[in-house]
Amino acid sequence: MERSKNDLWVGLFVLMGAAAILFLALQAANLLSLNFQSTYRIEAKFDNVGGLKPKAAVRSGGVVVGRVESISFDDTTFQARVKMAMETRYSFPKDSSMKILTSGLLGEQYIGIEAGAEEKVLGEGDRITATQSAMVLENMIGQFLYNKAAEGGSANQGGSDK
Amino acid sequence: MSWYKPSDVGYAVRVKLDDMGYSARLFLRLLSTFQPSLRRFRLVVDQIHFLGNYSLAIIVVSGLFVGFVLGLQGYYTLQRYGSSEALGLLVALSLVRELGPVVAALLFAGRAGTSLTAEIGLMKAGEQLSAMEMMAVDPVHRVLAPRFWGGVIAMPLLAAVFSAVGILGGWVVGVLMIGVDGGSFWSQMQGGVDVWKDVGNGVVKSIVFGFTVSFIALLQGYEAQATPEGVSSATTRTVVMASLSVLGLDFILTAMMFSI
Repeated sequence: MERSKNDLWVGLFVLMGAAAILFLALQAANLLSLNFQSTYRIEAKFDNVGGLKPKAAVRSGGVVVGRVESISFDDTTFQARVKMAMETRYSFPKDSSMKILTSGLLGEQYIGIEAGAEEKVLGEGDRITATQSAMVLENMIGQFLYNKAAEGGSANQGGSDK
Repeated sequence: MSWYKPSDVGYAVRVKLDDMGYSARLFLRLLSTFQPSLRRFRLVVDQIHFLGNYSLAIIVVSGLFVGFVLGLQGYYTLQRYGSSEALGLLVALSLVRELGPVVAALLFAGRAGTSLTAEIGLMKAGEQLSAMEMMAVDPVHRVLAPRFWGGVIAMPLLAAVFSAVGILGGWVVGVLMIGVDGGSFWSQMQGGVDVWKDVGNGVVKSIVFGFTVSFIALLQGYEAQATPEGVSSATTRTVVMASLSVLGLDFILTAMMFSI
């Protein structure tokens, strides 16, 4: 097949398009975070997961050590069941605790895992029982108002009720 | 003119139906040229060069400026809610999901579609197409098919370049000029953009638009009246119809992708 001088430029054009798609997939969408590292699955139950979403990070000391795989509702305990894939190179004691945290005031939510003291480490299919729910702003405001009202009530007890 | 005379209405409907049937048949014929075009890929490569490479400049420049504007406007809105770190997410999602495929397709219709229509219309006016038929060369295979597949291949690549350059433009304005934190610009983007749901659907959209714009441009050229006025009105119709179809299809595609 004869070659034409267009070939070079068309090749460059196609290469540029492919590079753009690759850029979108890797830099904008972070394809690699679907990581190809081997993982082990663990499970935890939370009273309230707040705005946690699948693929949210599991961090320990600020470092991403795993990702949330799925979130479902367990209608026997009425709790949210969160399944996570942890990277195999990090191991955590069996009595580690988890809580749902928020990066920044309005940022995305993630799971923080704090190491416990036990010798045995978490393995495939293990369940973490020590969990702390997400902070829900409405509950906090409600609690705050309730506390304020209680304070006001006790301060006013001697005087006349308004 | 009494357009409401039943016979006229009937005639108009019949002509429209005829047009629709003809264009559907031409579309299927063009689809069926996929294999023969692969065998004569040299022709397709020349068309990718003509349609793709020459459109690259306008795509890159407009992508850059759309990204700049998204960066500025997005920042203006987001900083009211104190979440200017989400700028990267806003820029990337709007570009990858909507603006990249749609604006690139509109520009492609204006830059490449018109030249396709005019080229084929002039070929027809100069009776080159009839001459080909005389020589037992099928103009659909020899002239239309390479241009069709060239456009179908070039369009998604152009849309991807548009989105990528636009994101870089948003980064330049947001991070370099305004001073949004670069780390959270990228990490919010990576946290919120899904490879298949957002990038993949954007690519699917741009492929559909590639089929639409190339087909409309070729159909208008092939159906143009063989006069200077005929070619010019066909070129106009290409831009109008391609733009309207792209916008209409975009709504349908987005609705479908949302519901899945």
